[in-house]
Amino acid sequence: MSDSNIVLQVCGLCKDFYGNTVLEDINFELKRGEIIGLVGENGAGKSTLMNILFGMPIIRNTGGYGGKIIIEGEEVHFFNPVDAINNGIGMVHQEFFLIPNFTATENILLNREITRYNPLVEVFGDRFQLLDRPAMRRRAEEAIRALGVDINPDTLVSEMPVSYKQFTEIAREIDRTQMKILILDEPTAVLTESEAETLLETLKRLSAKGIGIIFISHRLQEILDICNRIIVLRDGRLIKDIPTSEADVRSIASWMVGREVEESSKDVRKKPKLTEGEVILSVRNLQVDMPGEKVKNVSFDVFKGEIFGIGGLAGQGKLGIPNGIMGLFPSRGTVLLNDKQIKLNDPLSSLQSGLSFISEDRRGVGLLLDESIALNIVFTAMQVQKQFVKKFLGGFIKWRDEEEIYRYARDYIKRLDIRCIGPDQKVIELSGGNQQKVCVARVLTTSPNILFASEPTRGIDIGAKQLVLNVLKEFNENCGTTIIVTSSELLELRSICHRVAIVNEGEIADILPANAPLEDFGLLMLGNVGNRGGSN
Amino acid sequence: MCSFGQIGKVIERFGWPRLIIAFFLVALFASAPLVNVRIDTSLSDVLVRVGMNGILVLAMVPMIQSGCGLNFGLPLGIIAGLVGAVTSMNFSLQGFVGFFAAILIAIPIAAILGYFYGWLLNLTKGDEMMIATYVGFSSVAFMCMMWLLLPYHNPLMLWGFGGSGLRTTISLQAFWLQILDKFLSFHIGNYFFFPTGSLVFFAVVCFVMWAFFRTTTGTAMMAAGSNPQFARANGVDVDRMRMLSVVMSTILGAIGMIVYEQSYGFIQLYMGPFYMAFPAVAAVLLGGASVNKATITNVVLGTLLFQGILTMTPSVINSLLKTDMSEVIRIVVSNGMILYALTRKEQVKKR
Repeated sequence: MSDSNIVLQVCGLCKDFYGNTVLEDINFELKRGEIIGLVGENGAGKSTLMNILFGMPIIRNTGGYGGKIIIEGEEVHFFNPVDAINNGIGMVHQEFFLIPNFTATENILLNREITRYNPLVEVFGDRFQLLDRPAMRRRAEEAIRALGVDINPDTLVSEMPVSYKQFTEIAREIDRTQMKILILDEPTAVLTESEAETLLETLKRLSAKGIGIIFISHRLQEILDICNRIIVLRDGRLIKDIPTSEADVRSIASWMVGREVEESSKDVRKKPKLTEGEVILSVRNLQVDMPGEKVKNVSFDVFKGEIFGIGGLAGQGKLGIPNGIMGLFPSRGTVLLNDKQIKLNDPLSSLQSGLSFISEDRRGVGLLLDESIALNIVFTAMQVQKQFVKKFLGGFIKWRDEEEIYRYARDYIKRLDIRCIGPDQKVIELSGGNQQKVCVARVLTTSPNILFASEPTRGIDIGAKQLVLNVLKEFNENCGTTIIVTSSELLELRSICHRVAIVNEGEIADILPANAPLEDFGLLMLGNVGNRGGSN
Repeated sequence: MCSFGQIGKVIERFGWPRLIIAFFLVALFASAPLVNVRIDTSLSDVLVRVGMNGILVLAMVPMIQSGCGLNFGLPLGIIAGLVGAVTSMNFSLQGFVGFFAAILIAIPIAAILGYFYGWLLNLTKGDEMMIATYVGFSSVAFMCMMWLLLPYHNPLMLWGFGGSGLRTTISLQAFWLQILDKFLSFHIGNYFFFPTGSLVFFAVVCFVMWAFFRTTTGTAMMAAGSNPQFARANGVDVDRMRMLSVVMSTILGAIGMIVYEQSYGFIQLYMGPFYMAFPAVAAVLLGGASVNKATITNVVLGTLLFQGILTMTPSVINSLLKTDMSEVIRIVVSNGMILYALTRKEQVKKR
């Protein structure tokens, strides 16, 4: 038989959704006590692979998978996550799978509670045993201590900071005695650096006990730090399976995207000029009541043909600015476009005056998920500018011009490399990056005077990120369109913008040229306006 | 394996529930001759009923598409249709003149009622279907009083004794009985009757709806239902679209009722419209619509299947059991179907 040291073997695994291949012939094996780092762009198939290994119902509901999964020499078929757990697989999810109103203890020992006998059991069966709370508490404490963190086992999950939730979830998995394989899907994404370190230490300790670990992360340094081997997925294929010692950050990144990562994204914009241009948009005393992103009092000018960046920490109000100007949240103040006042609180008038918006909430605001790619791309242009319309009876009846719409959509699918079956595929079936490309296409179709791009690269993979940024940049250079980018990623803003405004506590701390020193931006973000002034 | 997958895909598209019902319907037709039920008579009955109910089912579509959910308030539109019908009859208008006069009178009434109905639904976003049910129920109760009080004077419609107030059931014999059913209709053999007029009228209204959802306004309405936030961010006035859809649904309900009456032969007032929303809701769900998505195909398919079952079950099963159970079976079948359809709705929501 096979090597007894191998705990998990994946042979020729395939999977497709709606005829769209997401995994193709995946082969790898996991040894006892080994940590494998799994990396790949969004949409490369990582999550699908994990869902298959954990027996998630979505896999069965969409037609199952091809290939074999072998655990300790025996082929297994999981019908649901319970099967997977019984076979010794533990999983820590990207989104928390915890019950908010239960304590840490209750969550950690959920469905594995320690129970005591009482006479009712004779009548009603084992479900009527009592909980042995002190013993449960001890066991939860033990599990938490094994992680090296300090969580009170009686805290309600709903009252914990995110990092504690993450640890609670991991504690739940390591408490399972029969666990042989632990899968972690981006566990460090919500942790601070020191917390992440604690977690990595814990993982090393677990692997020393003989548990095989599959670790998914976008932070490549972590992967290099703790993994024995690295597996790179790209477009559903296994590209590399090599020991960590033979890899470094640069090579992994290039395997992931399949091309050399363009250096330009790391660079600062070369020509932060255009300061003496003509003012196209002038905002005065803008107040926006957007929950969690309140804008208190913001004034700024944007020059024609520039890319203007708005940065700042989350929750400080940077997202409120574009949302307020587009009329999506109640706002007050003056917004002048080419010296003409824009009616606030009315999305239609903002759109009609030539403003266009890529929303940060892609799935909530940015897309009609249940509709086709084609309709999504042309929707704004059709509703606001009456493009793609066939008129009958002297304009009384305005039909969608399906032929034109499809031709146009096909063209954009090619130009933006939207990976799909065709223009009539539903947007909900696309990966995040491709959905964002649809949003970009929709906005470009309206050929706006000013384009607001709110977190245009949030939650999409490196390849799509680069493409989206390039498209925006190109559009700015070729068509002279003014673009206002809002982003939490300072490096990204510095790479494409001419000037960057930093928002702090609902006000603009300062506007700097993109090539200003990085620490100046950092200080502004932390609200040290005065200090910076003093040091100058 | 591969071919099974392909069959699976086809089934997936058509939907298991529809397939089962369709098989059941075919089985009923197949067993009809064994119990001396004529297939041609049955087929003819099904067609008549499709023409009769089709537009009422179609009245579900605009509200579903705009995100107002299933139109449980259909009785409101039906009442507008009834007022149109009795008003036209009050002036003793006969034939096509009477029929179209009824529709012309009903439409503005339906539009006004629909406006208030839509206003109410815009105030209660998220609970539309429950509010709609009670709008339907309470409007029927209110009209129970009005039928007595409204100043209609054509003796053919009034209570025989006191001479005031409308009767519960009024015959259309003297007015426009089966005016659409008989229009261009033909017989094949002694038993098969094809209600050309009704079906053509249904087809025309279906086409108008289909065409509407190809217009920019129709597309905006669909977007308002599919993702209201997206619609708003793209300059669509979501409340206006919802309002328009409710008015359209109510008008379709009114027209649907008048078509229903001409085929049925009687006008039923008072509690008559009370439960009329439910078969229409069941039919459109059976046709494959969900709470926020419905197509014309769903309507046609759903009406055909639902009315098919409703026609065939009593006649065939009655003959099999050799007792007169037709009314019991009719109630069990139609309400069972609604129950089934509503649980299906829950499934769609969960997914």
